[in-house]
Amino acid sequence: MLGRTAHGIHWMFRYLERAENTVRLLDAGFHMALTRDLVTSEEEWRSVIQTAGLKADYEKANATYSGIQVWNFVLRDKANPLSVMDMIDNCRTNARLARNAISEELWEGLNVAWMEIKELFSRPISQRNLGDALALVRNAGTLVQGSLEGTMLRDEGYAFARAGTFIERADNTARILDIKYYLLLPSLAHVGSSLDTGQWDTVLRSVSGDRAYRFLNAARIDSRGIMEFLILDDRFPRSLAFCYSELQDNLAELARLHGAEGECSALMRDAGQKLSETSIEDILDTGLHDFLLGFIAQNSAIAGAFAEDYRFVS
Amino acid sequence: MSDHMFDEMYGTTEPGKGEIRGAYSGYCEWLDEQEPEYLRRKQRDADREFRRTGITFNVYGEDDAEERLIPFDTVPRIITGSEWRRLSKGIEQRVRALNAFMHDLYHRQEIIRSGRLPQRLFRDNVAWLPHMVGFTPPGGVYTHIVGIDLVRTGPDEFMVLEDNARTPSGVSYMLENRETMMAMFPDLFTQVQVRPVANYPRRLAKSLAACAPPAASDKPVVAVLTPGIYNSAYFEHAFLADQMGAELVEGSDLRVIDGRVAMRTTRGYEPIDVIYRRVDDDYLDPLTFNPNSVLGIPGIMDVYRAGGVTIANAPGTGISDDKAIYSFMSEIVEFYTGEKPLLPNVETWRCAEADSLKYVLDNLAELVVKEVHGSGGYGMLIGPTSSKKEISTFRRKLEANPENYIAQPTLSLSTVPIFQKSGLAPRHVDLRPYVLVSPDGVDITPGGLTRVAMKKGSLVVNSSQGGGTKDTWVLDD
Repeated sequence: MLGRTAHGIHWMFRYLERAENTVRLLDAGFHMALTRDLVTSEEEWRSVIQTAGLKADYEKANATYSGIQVWNFVLRDKANPLSVMDMIDNCRTNARLARNAISEELWEGLNVAWMEIKELFSRPISQRNLGDALALVRNAGTLVQGSLEGTMLRDEGYAFARAGTFIERADNTARILDIKYYLLLPSLAHVGSSLDTGQWDTVLRSVSGDRAYRFLNAARIDSRGIMEFLILDDRFPRSLAFCYSELQDNLAELARLHGAEGECSALMRDAGQKLSETSIEDILDTGLHDFLLGFIAQNSAIAGAFAEDYRFVS
Repeated sequence: MSDHMFDEMYGTTEPGKGEIRGAYSGYCEWLDEQEPEYLRRKQRDADREFRRTGITFNVYGEDDAEERLIPFDTVPRIITGSEWRRLSKGIEQRVRALNAFMHDLYHRQEIIRSGRLPQRLFRDNVAWLPHMVGFTPPGGVYTHIVGIDLVRTGPDEFMVLEDNARTPSGVSYMLENRETMMAMFPDLFTQVQVRPVANYPRRLAKSLAACAPPAASDKPVVAVLTPGIYNSAYFEHAFLADQMGAELVEGSDLRVIDGRVAMRTTRGYEPIDVIYRRVDDDYLDPLTFNPNSVLGIPGIMDVYRAGGVTIANAPGTGISDDKAIYSFMSEIVEFYTGEKPLLPNVETWRCAEADSLKYVLDNLAELVVKEVHGSGGYGMLIGPTSSKKEISTFRRKLEANPENYIAQPTLSLSTVPIFQKSGLAPRHVDLRPYVLVSPDGVDITPGGLTRVAMKKGSLVVNSSQGGGTKDTWVLDD
């Protein structure tokens, strides 16, 4: 496969994953804001913008934080350098670049989803159709992942796609956890208070993990349990441990197909080993923030070596 | 010119005078049984289908680089088996002559020595490539893929309007139009026997592989070279690569290594044997042609001349689809095949010649005048539909630079009905069959692309100017 084509498939799935995660974040924020008074809900929207890494750009264009401003900014505003619409556009552009290496169903599924999203996002999103807008993006992700599973040849193209999904997801989960934790710091003193529980619930919702967590933990919401769940529980498909286990498998598969390991395989092995030997106590000793910063840097080093090893650019 | 034209379904466009012609009898029987609402719904379904599959093209110079659909009409254009046999003989003769002509032009130039073709035609022609002189491409093939544009003016009157010997486009529409028609109207295809077109990509892959260069392995590696995602025909490039199981490469993926053209794969650089290029000559090799090009592969022409790669179509073939050369096609066919042309040209006046120029200037209002190197329906004058002012502006351009133009009569192009909300309405059509050439022979896919002027009375079928397409059937009779 051409290096440029591999690059296309990989980034198609990275952008798709990022769009999906951004939409989850909005969904959690919306849910939270609905159950709060005006002042707290404004705080909640501020936190969504911060978590999405858009504070500076948002404040350049807006003086206040209202729900409708925030979700329109995140989803479709031209002043946002990477809106969800841009992510979906980039996802499709990369799919077009790799058009002859992805299955027809995969392409058509994405193309139809893109048309629907473009249509709905061409006008401001009201509170009434926010639910539809978010569902449309999430469903696009589900549809594309489903066609990938069901129709793509299990060769290097598939591995490049999967690696893209999990590099991006690991990064996104780590960032959400880092920023949410930071924003929650003041309230950590009131462990067990209802505000605290509600806030932690949003963290779980942001990664669609609220039901799974409750199922495993019988409704006991505590910050330590949630951190452990999102970082180390390899049963949960958006945890760091799960992402790394999948990423490791896909890199190993690529090395097998190519008959040689690259720089990224060595980095991956080290990172995987380190994570599997880490306990929640170790993380709390280091400090969550430092741990997550280290993780994000290491993740992007793996991504960089990966692009180099497989000749994404000349 | 009478107001009524030859209509391929009814024989004439004169209301109430037509009778269904043989080719359309099966289709019309089926059509009679369909509810108008059902047909309207299917027309909408077809549009959705094209959007869904992403069969779009980009229009140059438009702000948003918006992807557009070429309108598709659900009434097929139908040709009988015997009409097709006659057409394909004429096409094969013409394509063989074109190849022999290219070889001769770049070698001994017998046709010029014999005085049948004036030397000026290629001496100052930008499409003429000195780098090709004395070189024979692998397998002796110059024009691997040709699109011959045909028009019809009566039951037996087919003419060649243009030979596309550079990088003819549109074949993906031929394939997708049929796919869509079969998906929309499966029952129709059980009632009428239509010759298939779906194996075109396989035939193309086979034909290209048969032209592999001496350096190639037993299983030649074929790649489609595209200018990239923003090219108006990118969809087609990706589509053909996908259907052939070939790589889709851009100039930036390629470089010359050890006397071969190699592509950057995830495993390193790997050689390519045959390049089906969809870029112009100018963008092939910046060392040879255009030092400012970022699209080319430096050194590819040296590899080509040393037998390390096949380029399809060969560089320098553009000269054969020049409109001034076109006007000599009957001489060219006779010279190389020793036979009379089976398919006539449209009568053409070369404005470079004084007598012709005078005639053209005297009759501008009745003629179609085209630029010699133009394409896509741009830079031309259609006399009968132009205003006095447009004609006089054009007259000045023509007088200033007569050798840049040829003129043709305004033809009464045949019509085929299109489906409209109010029912069927006749529209002008042309036909572009796709022809593959390899050392194994000439291979013509039955049918081709029918382009249709969607506007009433319009003769311009180009998709860049609002033309649409139809599925083209050759009956299996």
